[in-house]
Amino acid sequence: MDGSRLQRSMYELIRRTCTEMPGDIIAALENACKEELPGSIAYETLNIIIKSISLSLENTLPVCQDTGALLAVIHSRPDEGFFLVEEAIVEAVRALTREGILRQNCVDPLTEKNTGDNTGDHVPQIHFEPAHGPTRVGIMLKGGGSENMSAQYSLPVTGISAGRDLDGVRRCILDAVHQAQGRGCAPGILGVCIGGDRASGYRLSKGQLFRNLQDLNPVPVLASLEETIVNQANELGIGPMGLGGKSTLLGCKICTAGRHPASYFVTVSYSCWATRRYQVELDEKGDIGRWI
Amino acid sequence: MDMRRIISPIAPGVIRDLAVGDMVSLSGRIVTGRDRVHRYLASGGTPPIDLSGLVIYHCGPLVVEEGRHWKITAAGPTTSMREEPYEADVIERFRPGAIMGKGGMGENTLSALKDHGCVYLHVTGGAAQYIADRIVRVESVYLKDFGQPESMWVLTVQDLPALVTMDSHGGSLHGSIRRESLNRLNTLLDRRFDEGRRT
Repeated sequence: MDGSRLQRSMYELIRRTCTEMPGDIIAALENACKEELPGSIAYETLNIIIKSISLSLENTLPVCQDTGALLAVIHSRPDEGFFLVEEAIVEAVRALTREGILRQNCVDPLTEKNTGDNTGDHVPQIHFEPAHGPTRVGIMLKGGGSENMSAQYSLPVTGISAGRDLDGVRRCILDAVHQAQGRGCAPGILGVCIGGDRASGYRLSKGQLFRNLQDLNPVPVLASLEETIVNQANELGIGPMGLGGKSTLLGCKICTAGRHPASYFVTVSYSCWATRRYQVELDEKGDIGRWI
Repeated sequence: MDMRRIISPIAPGVIRDLAVGDMVSLSGRIVTGRDRVHRYLASGGTPPIDLSGLVIYHCGPLVVEEGRHWKITAAGPTTSMREEPYEADVIERFRPGAIMGKGGMGENTLSALKDHGCVYLHVTGGAAQYIADRIVRVESVYLKDFGQPESMWVLTVQDLPALVTMDSHGGSLHGSIRRESLNRLNTLLDRRFDEGRRT
């Protein structure tokens, strides 16, 4: 793969992720708006959101001023091509930060200084997953406010009577939605992992946010749980931005991971309505072959 | 919805007249201030400009800087609750006219709003372009050491729509939504998830 082509591809992938809301989420927001009473706070809030999304698209400007902590996932063969993609992502991040498309979102926790270019220790966060077939790259930007609302439960949890079964899982997820109220920029989208350990739970639950809102979980019981969560969360009355209304969640995507017999974690990655994510497949030269 | 036009700095009489649920259209001078600015002010720091009557906006804008000229490219609100440990103190000492952000604030801030005559204005999170469109001028910037998003930006806004969600009489929409949603949560927890049957 060619370095300069790769850099152009990563620049285009990140720029689009930052400035164009994915179609499935726009459709879900439009549907949510139709459910609310015209003139209500919830209706007006969703209207402002939909107008703001169009403005960002028209002017090629960021959907949200919080352009998140960039997460990149590279699926490729474990060869030197990986390093080239990694380098291209870092360079694209620096360029887009200079241009004011990505906000300066990396602060050194010891000096409290903003690094100014969105790079720092372990930043940007780039995960590598060995895979066959053409190289695929996914980029996700989600707001820091929503990241703060993510939660991990170690079952059993007595306060909400969550035992070590799927009903316990349901209780934890609904509790997380209630705790978040509007502070994660509802209507939110949840990525959930049942099982795993502390670290894999967060990694895998966040990965679920790449799934299209319209897809159907191939595991029937998880599909049923996802639907139950969305329906019940929308009965909480939290509504857009927590100001009351019917739309509290746009979607919920759940996966599982094997667990240690002693541990039963439920990890909920809360994401804002402005969940920005795209994936591309690269061709052999490093150009974008197709958008996934 | 009916919109009430208000100008920042906001006159004390106007503040006391606002109630939860009022839609306002805000114009005038506002300042941004988020985590670093609040920590600075609450730990004895002097505000670089007089804050009395002004709107303090919880926002870390995206700004393109060209010499002494700045262009705001995105400017939605950040989560206000993080400033809860500092806000009551900031309100008492500097007497801003309104706090603006998203998600609402807690009991200490609510008391300070009542004691010192201030309101909380809610704007739509993530609607960064819609709001940036209403910022007509960047006047100046202070406390730049805090980094671009955390500096204090002095802005002029025109017809920015916001909702009063906490007023100077003890009313809070956030408090009532939290209580009602907790009741509904408890009802939902009483149901059981039955595998295979969709509810």
